[in-house]
Amino acid sequence: MEAMKETVDQSLREMRDTFASGRTRSVKWRKTQLEAIIEMVKDNEDKMSDVLFQDLGKHSTEAFRDELGFVMRSATTALNSLDKWVVPRKSNLPLLFYPATGKVISEPYGTVLVLSSWNFPISLSLDPMIGAISAGNTVLLKASELSPNSSAFLAKTIPSYLDNKAIKVIEGGPDVATILLQHQWDKIFFTGSPRVGKIIMAAAAEHLTPVTLELGGKCPTIVDHHSVSKDMKSIVKRISGGKWGSCSGQACISVDYVLVEQSFASSLIEMLKPVIKSFFGENPKESGCLARIVTKKHFQRLSRLLNDPRVQASIVYGGSMDEEKLYVEPTILLNPPLDSEIMNEEIFGPILPIITLRDIQESIGFIKSKPKPLAIYAFTKDEKFKTRILSETSSGSVTFNDVMIQYMCDALPFGGVGESGMGRYHGKYSFECFSHEKAIMEGSLAMDLEPRYPPWNSFKLTFIRLAFREAYFKLVLLMLGLKK
Amino acid sequence: MTKLLEMNNHTLRFAAGGVYRTTRLNVASLALATSSPFQFSGGGGYCSIPSRLKLTCYATLSAVVKSQESTFDGKEAALLVDELRINFNTGRPKSYEWRISQLQNIAKMIDEKEKCITEALYQDLSKPELEAFLAELSNTKSSCMLAIKELKNWMAPETVKTSVTTFPSSAQIVSEPLGVVLIISAWNFPFLLSVEPVIGAISAGNAVVLKPSEIAPATSSLLAKLFSEYLDETAIRVVQGGVPETTALLDQKWDKIFFTGGARVGRIVMAAAAKHLTPVVLELGGKCPALVDSDVNLQVAARRIITGKWACNNGQACIGVDYVITTKDFAPKLIDALKTELKTFFGENPLKSKDLSRIVNSFHFKRLESMMKENGVANKIVHGGQTMEDKLKISPTILVDVPEGSSMMQEEIFGPLLPVITVSKIEDGFQVIQSRPKPLAAYLFTDNKELQNQFVQNVSAGGMSINETVLHVTLKDLPFGGVGESGIGAYHGKFSYETFSHKKGVLYRSFDGDSDLRYPPYTPEKKRVLKALLSSDIFGAILAFFGFSKES
Repeated sequence: MEAMKETVDQSLREMRDTFASGRTRSVKWRKTQLEAIIEMVKDNEDKMSDVLFQDLGKHSTEAFRDELGFVMRSATTALNSLDKWVVPRKSNLPLLFYPATGKVISEPYGTVLVLSSWNFPISLSLDPMIGAISAGNTVLLKASELSPNSSAFLAKTIPSYLDNKAIKVIEGGPDVATILLQHQWDKIFFTGSPRVGKIIMAAAAEHLTPVTLELGGKCPTIVDHHSVSKDMKSIVKRISGGKWGSCSGQACISVDYVLVEQSFASSLIEMLKPVIKSFFGENPKESGCLARIVTKKHFQRLSRLLNDPRVQASIVYGGSMDEEKLYVEPTILLNPPLDSEIMNEEIFGPILPIITLRDIQESIGFIKSKPKPLAIYAFTKDEKFKTRILSETSSGSVTFNDVMIQYMCDALPFGGVGESGMGRYHGKYSFECFSHEKAIMEGSLAMDLEPRYPPWNSFKLTFIRLAFREAYFKLVLLMLGLKK
Repeated sequence: MTKLLEMNNHTLRFAAGGVYRTTRLNVASLALATSSPFQFSGGGGYCSIPSRLKLTCYATLSAVVKSQESTFDGKEAALLVDELRINFNTGRPKSYEWRISQLQNIAKMIDEKEKCITEALYQDLSKPELEAFLAELSNTKSSCMLAIKELKNWMAPETVKTSVTTFPSSAQIVSEPLGVVLIISAWNFPFLLSVEPVIGAISAGNAVVLKPSEIAPATSSLLAKLFSEYLDETAIRVVQGGVPETTALLDQKWDKIFFTGGARVGRIVMAAAAKHLTPVVLELGGKCPALVDSDVNLQVAARRIITGKWACNNGQACIGVDYVITTKDFAPKLIDALKTELKTFFGENPLKSKDLSRIVNSFHFKRLESMMKENGVANKIVHGGQTMEDKLKISPTILVDVPEGSSMMQEEIFGPLLPVITVSKIEDGFQVIQSRPKPLAAYLFTDNKELQNQFVQNVSAGGMSINETVLHVTLKDLPFGGVGESGIGAYHGKFSYETFSHKKGVLYRSFDGDSDLRYPPYTPEKKRVLKALLSSDIFGAILAFFGFSKES
């Protein structure tokens, strides 16, 4: 660990020197780095698919959709929009301030730390990095030790594509994270669990470092079957895709559980079953299309959730597990007890509880009684219900009639609220996430208004009163001595 | 008096129309009932009210309470938060009507109680009436009017463009209130720094608890009184007190904490917030430099520096000029100009001037005095240096080239002492600024465009004014906030609204055009189409969809 401390010190010093040199502030440097990221992904498509398969058993198409393709798109958007993003924003000043001008310019924070997560080890590492680079920062990335092949790949490949005096990768687990957190950073970007998020923020407080915390939560999916009965075919596909299609439910925006009216529950389950079969065949374990559970520890966590006898009793589909292959079968539960662990922690795995309500309108109260989730999904065509969901619940985002796809929409800020995190990124928001908005007023020394200065008297008070009301005509009268 | 104070320990709790309400007998009303001799204490400082100030507003009399026993503990804080959460959950504060009515009441309060507020500020800081009006009242009022005028626009969802990847869809960004928020304010602009963030929190539809600073006790108790008189008590509350009360408040789970104060307490606030994953805004301070080039209009520059130092609460402002950097050759001229203008502003004997605030209390008075008397500093005084301990007054003081290691150059001065640092050429000033933590504001005086650009590019600070001091803060179009040691987050105008809102991304999708591409089982064809789609290559996607590949 002593050696690691030395490495961290050395890396930080080098990054700070690079930042101080001003190199990373130039738009040209930023663009070169973004281009290099795109090139790196293009050149290493196969290798990246391989490491993702090794770490998580992700199919290469899934890997492309959720990680490689996503990163390329994000880098391309940044590359194409950067000139627009860096332009200072002019602001209007009251006439009284003439001839002063006001503007806001975005300046890089300096040296930032990105701590990423194992479930999307490539995209959750590179996507924040794209934001940090766009904003002109130097970056240190620590990828998760739970996806070791991806972490090693990034540590090995990034230095050969990107400016390695400004962008660095360090590998390691919690002990390395602890060393990193003892240092002062200008911003910390973390993706992971609320438990670790609290530790990160407490460490950041020591140095007054701003943080972005991308956490998770139990994302509910409401199915209002009354208004969408015609579209159930695509709905069950979308739900299945959102539960099992993306890293086997190990995603912070996965469908966590479904809320549906009692009378419709069994039809929903009957419709989900064939979709699972069409996705993964008769034997999902061998299909190659279902990611595996990341580690033994997580496998055991899931089996603990499922082995609660009351939860066992609620299994209506699936339920089989294979510890050696870290495989959990796509599983559906009907009404597991609400006080069970599975209904109180983020599931982060291929298990889908279906909770029934008497009336689907009750789903709002149900969701409000739990911590604010990262996303709420609602399948409904009832406009009134949509408005109710929007105005009465709180969540990072809301998607109507689909799941997870808001992540792909870079015009929308992505981030949580409450337990699901703080701060936001994606698209322009990534740039803003890593920028300080510096307000600047440029005055002139040529003109000066006497009433601004002491000694104070009643004339000056009247003047200032009028000025604040922007009552210019009365001001003129006052100046001419025509107004008392 | 003691007996009456004990009554203060009782709180009444009753429910009215489904809305919980705790009523605290407030000290102000009790003090009003007694006609005790008027004494005033502020955090250890002691001074009597100058006789020429006629007290027409008795609300501020509550300042007689010298040491109030702490009755507000963790239990009570928890009750308060629960109560406000229940009331927030009724959805009332979320409505446009509620927000507007509260904002209008704030505006009304400022109009009607201008005199009381000015007097409270005078008691706490001997703040000159016009300065109080300029820096606190009118600023707050105009923020409030702006919020009233713009609220509808701010609340309107923002429609954004979606991409081909999510086609067909439409998307919006909807702002929603965070919930129950805590605002902890400071003593130097005790009215402005309390009410301005409250305006933001209300505009965004939150329930608010305000904890004003106990170091400005007159304003603190006036705020408590006025808020309960003008604002909806079921969602907007004031908790008065010092460290124990603040600790009790910080132990609770808030949806946002907005803090104005020093960096040391800022760290404590953020660490406490981390326990509940509460986002924070920290408005801190720092040593704000003013770099003065030799080509400037001397008189105007000197006046603006004075405005940013002494006419700004006598240097007790987080955005006030902390020190000046100028060239060796120019320093004498600048200092002469400062002396001349100081005389015009505050007369021959500034200790007697009623246009200068006093030091807030004897703790800060002693701190500043010892800063000035430090070894190697005392002999650097070129102007001023007079003090009057009983009146907590320190005259405008200028020092030249105090040692870098002195506490005056290491700490935020927060008082009427102005060190002038000389450099051989003006560009060297950048290094002086960059070698310190990032300040809340940085000022530059020059007509040299090139130097202006370099300054803007290379100096990091919360905000900047070129050829001006402090004024950038009054512009509602500009975000106000620090960076690094000077803070986290920003507010003012629309930024206040955003600071207290969550920006919720909302995506509306239809059921048309669903393709199996997204779903397993995965095939090479699907990957090809995805590739084209993700790179927004619609033509490629269509080709791939029909089985052609551009690569093949």
